[in-house]
Amino acid sequence: MKRLSRYRRHKAAAPLLLIIALLGIGTTFNIVSAAVKQTPSALERSVLIEEGKAIFLRGCSSCHGLNLEGGAIAPSLIGVGAASVDFQVGTGRMPMADMSTQAARKEPVYSEEEVAALAAYVASLAPGPAIPTDEDLNYERDGNLAEGGVLFRNNCAMCHNFAGQGGALTQGKYAPTLMGVEPKHIYEALITGPQSMPVFSDKTLTPEEKLSVIKWIKAAEAEPNLGGATMGRVGPVTEGLLVWVLGLGLLIAVAVWLTARAR
Amino acid sequence: MTSAEKRLGAAANFVDERLGAASWVKKSLNKVFPDHWSFMFGEICMYSFIILLLSGTFLTLWFDPSQREVVYEGVYEPLKGITMSAAYASTLDISFEIRGGLLMRQIHHWSANIFMAAIVAHLLRVFFTGAFRKPREFNWILGIILLTLGLVEGLLGYSLPDDLLSGTGLRITAAIVQAIPLVGTYLTFFLFGGAFPGVGFLPRIFTIHILLLPGIFLAVITIHVMLVWYQKHTQFPGPGRTEKNVVGHPILPVYMAKAGGFFFIVFGVTAFLSAVASINPIWLYGPYTPGQISAGSQPDWYMGWLDGLVRMAPPWETHALGHTISWNILIPALIVPGIIFTGMAFYPFIEAWITGDKREHHLLDRPRNVPNRTALGVMSITFVIISLINGGNDILATHFDLSINQIMWFSRISIFILPPIAFVVTKRLCLSLQRADRDLVLHGVETGQLVRMPSGEFVEIHQPISDEKRWILTSHEQPAALELPASDARGVRRPGAIKNKLRVRLSKANAVAIPKVSPGELKEIEHH
Repeated sequence: MKRLSRYRRHKAAAPLLLIIALLGIGTTFNIVSAAVKQTPSALERSVLIEEGKAIFLRGCSSCHGLNLEGGAIAPSLIGVGAASVDFQVGTGRMPMADMSTQAARKEPVYSEEEVAALAAYVASLAPGPAIPTDEDLNYERDGNLAEGGVLFRNNCAMCHNFAGQGGALTQGKYAPTLMGVEPKHIYEALITGPQSMPVFSDKTLTPEEKLSVIKWIKAAEAEPNLGGATMGRVGPVTEGLLVWVLGLGLLIAVAVWLTARAR
Repeated sequence: MTSAEKRLGAAANFVDERLGAASWVKKSLNKVFPDHWSFMFGEICMYSFIILLLSGTFLTLWFDPSQREVVYEGVYEPLKGITMSAAYASTLDISFEIRGGLLMRQIHHWSANIFMAAIVAHLLRVFFTGAFRKPREFNWILGIILLTLGLVEGLLGYSLPDDLLSGTGLRITAAIVQAIPLVGTYLTFFLFGGAFPGVGFLPRIFTIHILLLPGIFLAVITIHVMLVWYQKHTQFPGPGRTEKNVVGHPILPVYMAKAGGFFFIVFGVTAFLSAVASINPIWLYGPYTPGQISAGSQPDWYMGWLDGLVRMAPPWETHALGHTISWNILIPALIVPGIIFTGMAFYPFIEAWITGDKREHHLLDRPRNVPNRTALGVMSITFVIISLINGGNDILATHFDLSINQIMWFSRISIFILPPIAFVVTKRLCLSLQRADRDLVLHGVETGQLVRMPSGEFVEIHQPISDEKRWILTSHEQPAALELPASDARGVRRPGAIKNKLRVRLSKANAVAIPKVSPGELKEIEHH
């Protein structure tokens, strides 16, 4: 110690210390931040893909083929991308419950980890749209509410109804309701075009525009019914039903009471 | 006489000396109205009309019927900064920034729906009870005019806010006008002041909606009610009720109190609906742009059946001499409704022609006693309901997991098959009910009391029905079929043989009935 302290006033001591301190901070930061980032190593990644492959062979391959090539009753999954898998399996549409019209949204069969593994496996075989990250989905920050409304009415309302309640398509198919759908899944549906839905590429709707649409849908979902109870936000059909049942019903009840003979 | 009475008398005298109103008032106050709940539908219509006038006046104070483009800067966040028509912007302002505006808008819209529903219910009551017969044919026609005006007025009303749904409705309206052969295109240009959507249409329909049609309405309603006043109200048959009297309450005090109270009840029910249930949330629809449309766009229910007819029409078009005739629009939207409304208007005369009955009728029919008319009514209702179902086919498809194509094909086929079936079934039901009436008169009501006779036989005691009820079940007349021989007594063919043959056949079908209990049979049971 004494020998060291002898050099403490050396003219090189201060710069040297500074360098040592900087190196120390840098190294510590690097080690710590690497631990936080959790970038899957090649090994972890291949484990995930292996897991996904196992799930795929067990649960999906009977229809989609052993190598994703598709079959008589199911399309090929080559190049559909992780986003498509995350949407179809993450919303419970796949595996399909019945093949009559279209895959319905239901309670997901696979856990989040299993969906991630499946997505990784499918994406590993051919490139396709990736799952948007949380940073990609910051619609509160990056979306514009009013513009989203215009875009929604231009692109979505003709099938999903003016308030996103869903609507009928031909032959029993339908555009499902958008209420209670995760922003991630809306985004994935836009970029992959599941079932009867068209693909909205980044040229048709830029990522910001997609976020605007999501922002509008989320606002419509959260908006209280400003005029009182609605009968499903589907327009005059249910309103007409209410008029005949409740409106005229009440008035007839009163009329019967008014004209009843005094006993 | 107290001083108050004296003062009142003096005031009445003052008015009477100048207007001579005393005798009219005296006569009017003694006017009697029969009581039946189904007679109140007309009142619901009238009161709803008053509510419409009041709430509509409120709305005109803030509504700007202009297609001028403005940028919305109001309080509704999701539409802020969007370009829209002044009409839509002012409707948003009425909804969100005018105190009580949204409630008033909803009262106006719900009231319009109740108005139309009550008109239909009133029409059905008048039809099924035969209240339209001589001398009330003109009033029936006035009623049909009011119904038609109501349809148009309602359509114009929900077209005014210029939201996405109302614009869609106008687009279809424009298409229907365009479908009129030869002049359609010109008429559309004339109505819209150019190609759709134009800039002239909203201000035009605003004037028609708030001034012209309400004025015509007011005039026709006045004549309609005055005719009821003058011709007196019909009544259901019952002891002491004849074609020459009216049994009921005098206008003062009971009837006036009931009718006046009923106005407030109608207003109350309308306000209740408007307070708890949303109608036409235009802010969710967004402003109208011809490039946009919502899934499940429907008109209000009273136009829904026409929409349903259009939706089920096959895509037929004819191209000839540089013109296109769109049968797919022309038939369901113009020809079929035209036939229906004309037929409805002339029905009283058609029925009189079939029955050959030229007498006045102030006693109503029980629907079962006129099976043909009742069956025709149910047949028409079936027709309209099938059309209405197809009008909402997309909503039905999504909510009941059905295929929109299946619903359309169901409607296309059943619109031809179900109404005739409904006719036959209703007619059979009416005849069965007549049979039940006959049994009731002859055998009375089963009491459920079993008695053992000395001989060991068990019999159930039947209690004879009251005289009043027996009167109701037996007082109606059962007219015989017309007989119009094809040739006169000298064997010369009478003119119009084919017409007469048709008339005889219709009359014969009309006269099918279970013979009611005759006075002779009645006397026989009294002897028992």
